[in-house]
Amino acid sequence: MVKLRDVCRHIRSKQAGPFWVTFDIFFDGPESYRKYHASPALSPDLFARLYGTDPAMVKAIPVENLAMVKISYPRATPQGGMEERDMHSGQQYVRLLDVDLD
Amino acid sequence: MTDVVAEPVKVIVPCGSLGVGVSEEEIAYGLARGGQAIATDAGSTDSGAAYLATGKSKNNRSAVKADLRVLMKAQAEAGIPIIVGTAGQAGGDRNLEWTRDIVVEVARELGVRPKIALLRCEQEKAAVKRSNAAGRIRPLPPLGALDDATVDACDHIVAVMGVEPFVAALEAGADIILGGRATDPAVLASFPVWKGAPWGPSWHAGKTGECGAQCAEEREGAGVLLTVGPDGFEVEPLARNNRCTIESVSAHMLYENTDPFRLTEPGGLLDVTDAHYAQLDERTVRVTGSRWEPRPYTMKLEGAGGGQYQTLMLVGVQNPDVLRDIDGFHDRFLAALYQRTRSAIPAEDLGDFHISVRMYGWNAVSGRPLPPGTPPPPEIGMLFVATARSQAIADAIAHACNPYFFHYPAVMDKELPSYGFAFSPADVPRGQVFEFKLNHVVEVSDPLELIRTEWIDLSETESRDAVEVRCG
Repeated sequence: MVKLRDVCRHIRSKQAGPFWVTFDIFFDGPESYRKYHASPALSPDLFARLYGTDPAMVKAIPVENLAMVKISYPRATPQGGMEERDMHSGQQYVRLLDVDLD
Repeated sequence: MTDVVAEPVKVIVPCGSLGVGVSEEEIAYGLARGGQAIATDAGSTDSGAAYLATGKSKNNRSAVKADLRVLMKAQAEAGIPIIVGTAGQAGGDRNLEWTRDIVVEVARELGVRPKIALLRCEQEKAAVKRSNAAGRIRPLPPLGALDDATVDACDHIVAVMGVEPFVAALEAGADIILGGRATDPAVLASFPVWKGAPWGPSWHAGKTGECGAQCAEEREGAGVLLTVGPDGFEVEPLARNNRCTIESVSAHMLYENTDPFRLTEPGGLLDVTDAHYAQLDERTVRVTGSRWEPRPYTMKLEGAGGGQYQTLMLVGVQNPDVLRDIDGFHDRFLAALYQRTRSAIPAEDLGDFHISVRMYGWNAVSGRPLPPGTPPPPEIGMLFVATARSQAIADAIAHACNPYFFHYPAVMDKELPSYGFAFSPADVPRGQVFEFKLNHVVEVSDPLELIRTEWIDLSETESRDAVEVRCG
């Protein structure tokens, strides 16, 4: 079973304005990029399941020359609300590390 | 604006954000390389809504003053403008005035007399409602249409500026421009645009340099030098032991965006889909092929307001009975705290309230259950957060919960435990919860329509104690 962390050199998350979270998933090379960047395991449903977002709102943009894919979703509650636990969304990527890709 | 020029335009970006620390050596290098302006932002929405809602800066005043002192000395000696955007972290009027007072103070201390432009972009609520009623405001996803109640819930509202107000101030001869809220790239792109450089490379250079040396390979130094010419731009770090690479520069387009190729800005769209990155020398990357597509002029509105109040308590727990079943303990504990609150405080006083207990060291960051079989940590920190409509009520909830929070047993028939608390008194009134309320754009007929430029011309003042403020 290949996990996302096994085929990436870097995975990070950050807020993209107060209402969006964005993930930068850098694969460990062109081969892994080609094989996995459009994997069904990274579909909008994954983000709905892990982060409670509307799957129709999830955006994925592959960047071939950097062998990475950028995936973003609107936050369930805006940054800084009553139950905020991660103001900059900088820890949100951790849930992706062990996603099984096949 | 001057005519299109063939000469490259050089902008020193001294840091990623004013107040994080600029280096005299880096500025000297930028000047020696022919830097014609110094430009930086001084904030963003990153750190949350409190700074716009309260008008306070996040950065320490002394740190901002120290940076301004270095930059203003260079400004006076080299005779080149300083351009600052998103003054005082959020760019509202109060944030801007806080920065203005520091600049005037530094000018007096240095004995310099710059001509200062303040670009105010804070918006009256009534004006925002009028624009909305006229159909000039539309939402950006994920928010819906704007209503008056949302406008009223904001403490401060700003319209995010593009390059035009900065260009107008440069044209009017400003030595120092202090901008309210602006997009980061606009602050850096304004000088090249004013000098006649093409908009695509100017905006792309601005986006690349927005966090200073973050677009470089190493974490050395604070700033970069942007050189914008007729066909593209170049970027190099101001610290000589750092370097920009094709990957470090192209990867910066990913930062805090949802789309790394197309970036909506006031009055247009920066499209870098066909940008070409080339290593010019060991430290410098050259970028060509960036395009600017003009669009009907819109400005983003940012609005922030304070809502309910919170009170905190924190304990450390090593008790093995708790650590054996943290989730079960959490659920019983939280239910007991709600029950205790409802029995201790009359419902009409309580109003809507909320309690959360976050188990740091276990699952506080995600708030989600961990996989079965996850081994217990050696200790956890339990953070209690009460949220209510006033500070007094949030405090009262914490006081009511206090004995439970510090002594709630994991096993009922054992002697009551005392968890490890670090403070007395144990509760910490935290103040208001601040939130961004707006994610909307307003159409304007002129990029300066919502901007008020105010001048402080220290060169005109006879006495340094008498600062004349002229509105225009």
